Amino acid sequence: MTSETRSSGCGSDIRQLTVRGLCHDIAGKRVLENIDLSLQSQGVTAIMGANGAGKSILIRILHGLLRPSGGTVSWGGRAMTRDMLRSQAFVPQSPVLLRRSVAANLKFALTLRRRRDISTRLDALLALADLADKADQPARTLSGGEQQRLALARALATDPKVLFLDEVTASLDPANTLAIETVIRRVSDDGTRVLLVSHDLGQGKRVADDVVFLHRGRLAEHSPAKTFFSQPVSAEARGYCEGRIVL
Amino acid sequence: MQDFADAFRLAFALLVQLDPNLVEIVALSLQVTLSAVALACAIGFPAGAALAAAKFPGRGAVIVILNTMMSLPPVVIGLLVYMLVSNAGPLGFMQLLYTPGAMIMAQTILVTPLVAALGRQVLADFHDEYDETFRSMAVPWRKQVAALLWDARYSLLTVALAGFGRAVAEVGAVIIVGGNIAHVTRVMTTAIALETSRGDLALALALGIVLLVVAVTINAAVMVLRASAQRLAYV
Ligand SMILES: Nc1ncnc2c1ncn2[C@@H]1O[C@H](COP(=O)(O)OP(=O)(O)O)[C@@H](O)[C@H]1O
Ligand SMILES: [Mg+2]
Repeated sequence: MTSETRSSGCGSDIRQLTVRGLCHDIAGKRVLENIDLSLQSQGVTAIMGANGAGKSILIRILHGLLRPSGGTVSWGGRAMTRDMLRSQAFVPQSPVLLRRSVAANLKFALTLRRRRDISTRLDALLALADLADKADQPARTLSGGEQQRLALARALATDPKVLFLDEVTASLDPANTLAIETVIRRVSDDGTRVLLVSHDLGQGKRVADDVVFLHRGRLAEHSPAKTFFSQPVSAEARGYCEGRIVL
Repeated sequence: MQDFADAFRLAFALLVQLDPNLVEIVALSLQVTLSAVALACAIGFPAGAALAAAKFPGRGAVIVILNTMMSLPPVVIGLLVYMLVSNAGPLGFMQLLYTPGAMIMAQTILVTPLVAALGRQVLADFHDEYDETFRSMAVPWRKQVAALLWDARYSLLTVALAGFGRAVAEVGAVIIVGGNIAHVTRVMTTAIALETSRGDLALALALGIVLLVVAVTINAAVMVLRASAQRLAYV
């Protein structure tokens, strides 16, 4: 992994994540324990694990929304800065849409980073989210799947180099899930680094290049997707993949 | 009894004929109160937004003071503004005493704490909801405040209407600093007080009916606002 990063000459690629000794406590309770992790600068990484494993906390820390109790997070070898934050985007489990139209939500994000081509990009994003015919509808009157597609399009409006997704398809039907997964694959192919939290094994198999498996706040396993789903190394991941309940 | 019936008949006549005296008083009332509410919102909403979004030492104390000022009796504010603008006062040079300007000032002081305090509550809820999204998108703080104010527009309009309701019905402050001078500073509430004491019930009643209609209109407007906000899922 490291040699690949070096050979492509991207020693300071801000899409390359390194985590060292990461710990986090909430109200005196340890929710993340000593996590070491190094990710390539390309592809889709699925962060998997049972409910309460610490997935949402972990990606908030990686994105800089939460300050960890201990350890370091670095992107391209440097600690998170405001500039880096501007090149990342995050879609949470329940996205907060502005109380405006669909188009106005996208415009809000578009005008944060660019001055030109707003309307061209707006049309492209509306098409991507398959919401062109609902551009003027108040965003909060959309269905769950449409809201999630809009949230994803809004995140992409800022042209992120790193995209975080937290269980974005957890409450969606198969058609909406497929639509979102297609977009995820597409932006990954275009060079955006994707970190996707999911507890859906099928989704992991469909979109992930590698899998980070959390178990009760610890990193139980980090393997390429193929390995993870066929012969997981850790007992916890094996149990999870086989559908056994591991507590 | 006959007197009261006559008074009502005369009052309706004044209303139907759009009696110039009555119209003048109503127009001045609306002018003074609308100006005061506009000023109060211009000061109170950004202040409320700052209190909702920014954390600074002494913030809790400011909120307590604001909430207390919300219940200041209008006559006390009238007295305060009187002392400010009377010839001996620090703003005496502006010659505002017994002018609509002084009345606008008094009502602005009356309403600003109300719209700031209620606005802060509204905006604090919005801020809690939007904070993580804005931080994640690295939205500059000016744009954050603007977005909060805009997205809370329905709720803030309701707050502004509450402020209007308080100001337009208030008599204590405007009578002290305005003096209820005919054709200059006579507004609905001060006119009602005067005409009633003089026994001219017709004009007092007619103005009372107008005030009532204003109150009903405000409440209807609040209901319509709430309904349309709900329809757009903006609540
Ligand atoms: N605000 C909070 N207060 C207390 N405990 C929390 C809070 N947020 C998360 N936790 C705890 O941290 C652990 C990890 O949570 P989370 O990262 O949300 O799990 P998940 O893997 O399901 O996303 C859970 O045990 C949860 O109860
Ligand atoms: Mg979660």
